[in-house]
Amino acid sequence: MRHLLPLLPAVPLLGAGLLVAGGRHVPRPAAEAFGSLVSATTAALAVVLLLNSSPPLVEWVGDWFPGNGGSVGIVVTGDGASLGMAALVSLLTLAALAYSWYYFDEPPRGHAGSYPALMLLFQGGMCGFAIAGDLFNAFVFFELMGVAAYALTGYRIDEAKAVQGGLSFALVNSLGAYFMLMGVALLYARTGELAMARIGHGLDQAAGQHGPDALTLAGFVLFLTGLLVKAAAVPFQFWLPDAHAVAPTPVCMLLSGVMVELGVYGVWRVYGTVFSGPGGIPAADFTRALVVLGVLTGAVGAVMCWYQRHIKRLLAFSTIGHTGLFLVGIGVLKAEADDGTALYLLGHAGVKAALFACAGILLDRYGSVDEFSLHGRARRLRLVGAMFAIGGLALAGLPPFGTGLGKAVAEEAVGGPLTVLYVAVSALTGAAVLRVAARVFLGLGPQPEEHRGEERDEDKTSGSGEEPETRQRLDKVPHTMRAVPAVLLLAALAVGAVPGFAGVVGHAVDEAGSWGGFSSVEWTATGVLLDLLSTLLAVGLAAVAVTRPQLLGAPGWALPLRRLQSGHVGDYVAWLLVGTALLGALALPGVLG
Amino acid sequence: MHVLPYLVATYVLLVGCYGLATSRNLIHAVGCLAVCQSATYVLLLAVGYRDGGTAPVFSDVRPGSRPVVDPVVQALTLTDIVVGATVTALLLALTVQISKRHGTVDPDELRELRG
Amino acid sequence: MRASLSRHTANTVASVNFDQRAFDTMGEMTILFAAVLGCVVLLRQARDEHRDRPEPSEVAVPVRRYALVVLPVALVTGLYVIAHGQLSPGGGFQGGVVAATALHLLYLGADYAALERVRPVEAYEMGDAVSASAYLVLGLAGVLAGTAFLANTLLPYGTFNTLSSGGTVPLLNAAIGMEVACAVVVLLARFLDQAVEIAEESGE
Repeated sequence: MRHLLPLLPAVPLLGAGLLVAGGRHVPRPAAEAFGSLVSATTAALAVVLLLNSSPPLVEWVGDWFPGNGGSVGIVVTGDGASLGMAALVSLLTLAALAYSWYYFDEPPRGHAGSYPALMLLFQGGMCGFAIAGDLFNAFVFFELMGVAAYALTGYRIDEAKAVQGGLSFALVNSLGAYFMLMGVALLYARTGELAMARIGHGLDQAAGQHGPDALTLAGFVLFLTGLLVKAAAVPFQFWLPDAHAVAPTPVCMLLSGVMVELGVYGVWRVYGTVFSGPGGIPAADFTRALVVLGVLTGAVGAVMCWYQRHIKRLLAFSTIGHTGLFLVGIGVLKAEADDGTALYLLGHAGVKAALFACAGILLDRYGSVDEFSLHGRARRLRLVGAMFAIGGLALAGLPPFGTGLGKAVAEEAVGGPLTVLYVAVSALTGAAVLRVAARVFLGLGPQPEEHRGEERDEDKTSGSGEEPETRQRLDKVPHTMRAVPAVLLLAALAVGAVPGFAGVVGHAVDEAGSWGGFSSVEWTATGVLLDLLSTLLAVGLAAVAVTRPQLLGAPGWALPLRRLQSGHVGDYVAWLLVGTALLGALALPGVLG
Repeated sequence: MHVLPYLVATYVLLVGCYGLATSRNLIHAVGCLAVCQSATYVLLLAVGYRDGGTAPVFSDVRPGSRPVVDPVVQALTLTDIVVGATVTALLLALTVQISKRHGTVDPDELRELRG
Repeated sequence: MRASLSRHTANTVASVNFDQRAFDTMGEMTILFAAVLGCVVLLRQARDEHRDRPEPSEVAVPVRRYALVVLPVALVTGLYVIAHGQLSPGGGFQGGVVAATALHLLYLGADYAALERVRPVEAYEMGDAVSASAYLVLGLAGVLAGTAFLANTLLPYGTFNTLSSGGTVPLLNAAIGMEVACAVVVLLARFLDQAVEIAEESGE
């Protein structure tokens, strides 16, 4: 069984190769069908392996078992968490391929198989990263998923915005990946190993009595920089809204649904296996670093989300906000918080992908994703509007959605002021989505004015003037495009509502994690109350925003924040360096003391 | 332990990042990214070096007769070079399209995505 | 080191790349494949562009002679480097790049039209994809035989320091060499297309 683990990335990659080899000669529907078939096969394989993952599967690729002395092969871990992420990746890719079935724009001349091939390469890269147990192998698959993502983001080369967003995304993420590689080199220098668990062991041995030193700290900071760039934590998050504004909708579904979450997963996995022993980074420092960054990320994401009028950018900022919550959840180093975050992540993936799918429908139907110019125009799309609103409520944490359950469990585990953060961020992002739903699908409230206060046109990215992604504007929304978000929302509901599923997830995560002990995951009274509180807050904020827009207009202090998101890639790189330094500073005290 | 290669690697990385942050031309920026990547090569090779070692290829050297440098690091660097070259190619492809769509490769003048 | 000698691979770097850490090499080959596919997609002819016939230009006679003489030498060198990857410094990646750029001496020495005659891009794209798939299939052979993915236990290891030593290492090496050569040709083809052939529609 464990021999099948490396097939998880290998099957999609082989599918991609075959698609490119044969893509010239097959008609487009055949190429897309083949792509979906390969994606589904990988998903099935991931689920089968997941069901067999307790005790965790460990595979040394090529049967290079560690001998006396050191190890030479590459280890691949198949425990509940990694296989769960791989399964999530595969299922979401399948959903994205189904969404783009046949209604997507012209493929390049004579290259009918190139879009599904790129999606399969993306899936393969993400699966490989999820199951990686070796730091360098993780880097290789990190780059693979990056390369596929950059190409897919800039896919619509006819749009000026698309190639700019693609380049910012590519430059910043590649730089993060190189930082990550430097971290790997430093850790290899210290331990002579590349397998994560062995590095952890090696660090503990090398540290002896006196704990970690500057080299370990440098390795930690550099490696985490790469992961946090991918996870779009503050101050590395600037690439995400640009990329999401321009990427084709199915790609956005994957970017926000799983790729960013893989960054968070990477942080959890690497800390747990490499840095959590006595030779690694002390727990207090890690918690401080992650909680500080998580709080900043959540706050920035939620505030920027509220002031967007470009629907896709709004959803992108809400992803940033939720990333902040996930980082706080894993930062507190408690089993319950880990479980809650895992569930929250699962629910969020389904909900966010569904919301992007609906936004894509708006784009293809009306040629715009601008909240103001779409005001009241989508009244006829009732199902889409309902799904959008339900998605907003789920983002805010409405029980019994998976997002609600995950949020409740994590909130209770983090405790204290951080619970307030959870409630605030989810309420604000949910409110923004509900506000959009009310304005666009129901036409409620007065038509918002174009210029208010001190906002200048250059500071905003409006959503009008976009080109639809289908060949021309759709008159009727195809069934696949409507079915996919419905299925995703139902799946998010099932995560929270199906009895026992949450318990299974919690058990798998605890088994894979390193804090020891198993916690139970269930709905509690406090949790439900907190969820209802954030949902009610969301509805209330949305109502106020829609009926009295001037009350919640952009205040002066939000403007400098918005100007930071400048679209200029040099600024983003500068912020990346600031972030690395900040991370180092936050983790330093434990190493010094 | 030789400190110089590590210092060089850090310096090259920082120089590349500085170039990236202050670049006025996207092609120059992609070149700076390649510079940052060279820093990783220097670091990796420095990590693998053994005093007096030679290349770990035994076609002309009898195994065990001389110390050799660490082959794992050499393999990692090879992988790294391939990855870097391909990413650079992709970035340049994006730059080509940007110059066609925006009419400029100056990042200060790209105004489409703000706020 | 002991591991590569036990598999009779003289070039330990190649052994690490294609045997012990062959999974990484698979990922790296796929990154190259993905990046080239991405470039093909990104550098495609947009809706508002068309292709012009490339204009031949004057090439100095010494340059032309030099290019035409060196081309076969460079090509053979590239193939040599690929074939001896498991023995001496070199291997699929290095040799593939040499072979691919050797082909482009034709562009420097003659002109773009001559290059296009020798280089039907579709064939190279297919070659790229087929060799990438071949590497993966070689890996799968391990699983189908009951052992692990990319296990180097199926073929005999041969005698140390000969062309057929190393088990599957020379096969994987060859697959990579072909993949890299085709990929680099396709990549350069796309960029040259942009520079030489593709132009905007007039009256924009």
